Amino acid sequence: MSKVLLLFAHPSQDRSEINRPLFKEAKKIAGVTAVDLYAEYPSFRINVDREQQRLREHQVVIFMFPLYWYSTPAILKEWQDLVLEYGFAYGSEGKELQGKTFLCSLTAGGAASAYRKGGYNHYQIWELLRPLEQTANLTGMHYLPPFALFGSRTAVDEGRLPEHIQHWRSLLEALVSDSLAIEHVAPNELLNHQLEQIIKEGA
Amino acid sequence: MTLYFLQALIYLCAAVIAVPLAKRLGLGSVLGYLIAGVFIGPIAGLVGAETNDIQHFAEFGVVMMLFLVGLELEPKMLWEMRSRLIGLGGLQVSLTTLAVMGIAMLLGQSWTISLAIGLIFALSSTAIVLQTFNEKGLGKTEGGGGAFSVLLFQDIAVIPILALLPLLALPELVEAAAHGAEHLAEHHEELSLVAGLPAWAYALVVIASVVLVVVGGHFLTRPLLTYVASAGLREIFTAAALGLVIGIAALMSLVGLSPALGTFLAGVVLANSEFRHELESNIEPFKGLLMGLFFITVGAGVDFGILFSSLGTILGLSLGLMLIKILILLALTPAFKLQGTDRWLFALSLAQAGEFGFVLLSYSVQQNVLPVELTQTLSLAVAISMFLTPALFILYDKLIVPRYEQTENEREADEIEETGTVIVAGIGRFGQIVNRFLVANGVNTVVLDHQAGQVDLMRRINIKSYFGDATNPDLLHTAGIEQAKLMVVAIDDHARVNQVVEYVKHAYPHVKVMARAYDRGHAYELRRLGADFVVTEAYYSALELGGQALSSLGYHPFKSEQLKNAFDQVEKDNRDTLYQSWLNATEDNRFTPHYRELFMQMELLLGDAMKVDRADKHSMTERGWTPPPKDYLDDFKDPQDT
Repeated sequence: MSKVLLLFAHPSQDRSEINRPLFKEAKKIAGVTAVDLYAEYPSFRINVDREQQRLREHQVVIFMFPLYWYSTPAILKEWQDLVLEYGFAYGSEGKELQGKTFLCSLTAGGAASAYRKGGYNHYQIWELLRPLEQTANLTGMHYLPPFALFGSRTAVDEGRLPEHIQHWRSLLEALVSDSLAIEHVAPNELLNHQLEQIIKEGA
Repeated sequence: MTLYFLQALIYLCAAVIAVPLAKRLGLGSVLGYLIAGVFIGPIAGLVGAETNDIQHFAEFGVVMMLFLVGLELEPKMLWEMRSRLIGLGGLQVSLTTLAVMGIAMLLGQSWTISLAIGLIFALSSTAIVLQTFNEKGLGKTEGGGGAFSVLLFQDIAVIPILALLPLLALPELVEAAAHGAEHLAEHHEELSLVAGLPAWAYALVVIASVVLVVVGGHFLTRPLLTYVASAGLREIFTAAALGLVIGIAALMSLVGLSPALGTFLAGVVLANSEFRHELESNIEPFKGLLMGLFFITVGAGVDFGILFSSLGTILGLSLGLMLIKILILLALTPAFKLQGTDRWLFALSLAQAGEFGFVLLSYSVQQNVLPVELTQTLSLAVAISMFLTPALFILYDKLIVPRYEQTENEREADEIEETGTVIVAGIGRFGQIVNRFLVANGVNTVVLDHQAGQVDLMRRINIKSYFGDATNPDLLHTAGIEQAKLMVVAIDDHARVNQVVEYVKHAYPHVKVMARAYDRGHAYELRRLGADFVVTEAYYSALELGGQALSSLGYHPFKSEQLKNAFDQVEKDNRDTLYQSWLNATEDNRFTPHYRELFMQMELLLGDAMKVDRADKHSMTERGWTPPPKDYLDDFKDPQDT
């Protein structure tokens, strides 16, 4: 059994079509602590002690967000800047995050085909997430490729949401029950595209 | 010299003793000066005939007063007040003048004398009325506003009246005066530029000097005052301001015009200039002292002989005058939508004759309009009517207000047409902001207030509100408290806030109650009564200002924001502990030594939280964005280095 800390950052939730249902779904799953950062810190006054304590109590950390300018919304960056302190997350004494698992669950407005060389976003999504990957590396966390939905503005109309929620659910349940074969994860492929291969049967 | 010192001392002492006393008794400063004058004059006999000379000198205060009146008259403000100013003021002055004139003529006076008396009696006392309004906080009421327009009109009307009075001069008085002055004429000739000029040249000179005042006032005084102000010497600016007023007064006298008219014009011309307030503050003390002196001399000139010999006449004149003025004022109110208490306030406050009455009376004597004996009776009547003004205000407070309060506040609570998700109780400064914010976001609110006037005011600016007492359970019921999600309690009165919070939390526990507290102790009380959210009314605005203060002192704005947050955090962290201590204390002494100790502890914590630059030991404020220590690179060795 692992405890999953889901840090959700979405500054305009009244317009959210994908993230809000995903967040709602996550709240139903035992073992997942779902935190709405913008609700808890509407004026960005992040309580560092509380956030560090949360990290200590969980084995899996997920950033969940809509992609804003190839990165997280501001509060997640603020969270990193404040919570991942020297002596806590890094440095010779900072070992609190070592051994944990880290991943991003994101939605992107652009089509999947845009996120490649030659596409209008030029880079693949895992290239764009390198800062987060390196943050995980430096803090000793195991980095997983993102769980992502592209073309999010049209996903509901095209009926892609139910399947995505289904995947999300099985991913979270697998993380809670430690039935994800982390060693088999392909680094350059979306997590939601390889769930069948990496979720251990019968766990 | 010694004599002058002694005289000055007598006047000053009388003023210093009598004026504060009169103010404390609610009589106002003008009456204080009059009483002082009466005391040192007819009663104690400390001053004598010289008061007449002093009075002429002190009349210069009137010239200054009109300069100040002019300065106050911004054209824009006048324009906004135009209907009340001209309508109310104009009607009051003209009707009262006509009524008084008619009665005087019935009593056998000639029409010129009657008209002069009418004009003099039509004016009210700006000084007494405005001061009383200030003291009683009535200036912002509808009635107070109406009275102000009338007073302003009267102040302006003084100018044409001053111009008109000389035309009413009585031939026989003029002759007598001329006869008396003949043998003085050789060595006491009035300095004049216009003596002996033909009429057309005189008219030209008059027009030229008025143009000079207006144009010069507009184009020359600003550079002059800028130049003077740049010297940075206060007394020189005062000298310049005085020089300006005296210069204009001199010019006007030289061409045979009223000095008051000239300075008034100059004041209006300068009303929009950047020096307006500076000029005001420089001239004001002189004007105050001179007017005070003037009133003292009026008091000192009271002839007890006349007073007692014709006490009946004088009292009759005063009371009759006040009755006429009140009736005319009351008759004017319906057309200008003054109702209820406002109507009475308006009528009673303006019933007296005013200080300009004294000025115009002494001016009338100089101009041979009124015989001296008559003016003595008249100025006593003016003084008595002023003395009776505080009594009218007392009448208003004790008789009229309670009567209307009863009818107004016992008026049926308004029919409430709809229910809302939020009930806002109290729509004063605080409730208004909350309500505007909620309504702007499409939240349905029902606003209640127990002051009928406030409700009317809100309705006038399209804020739907209902008259009613939020402490009344029936009213809460009709306002839909059962269906409401939350209730905002923004009532001023401490006890009523508690009453509402307690009742609502008791009867409708599902309704969230958010209340404004006056201070810390009140906030604890509300919390104990079950309020879901309490905010101390001044806390956030004070903190905001504190943050701005730090920024202005050179703190980086983001840093001040952080320090503000740290302060707030310490407050929040200690809120429960302090509340518990308060709760455990005895009823009559909530703020025990223990509470104070806890409070002091919090202050210490605050000090810690505010300390900066502790790079390696995190403090509250430095918690964020702290760079790692300088030697932290030793922690990292690249694989190829080893």
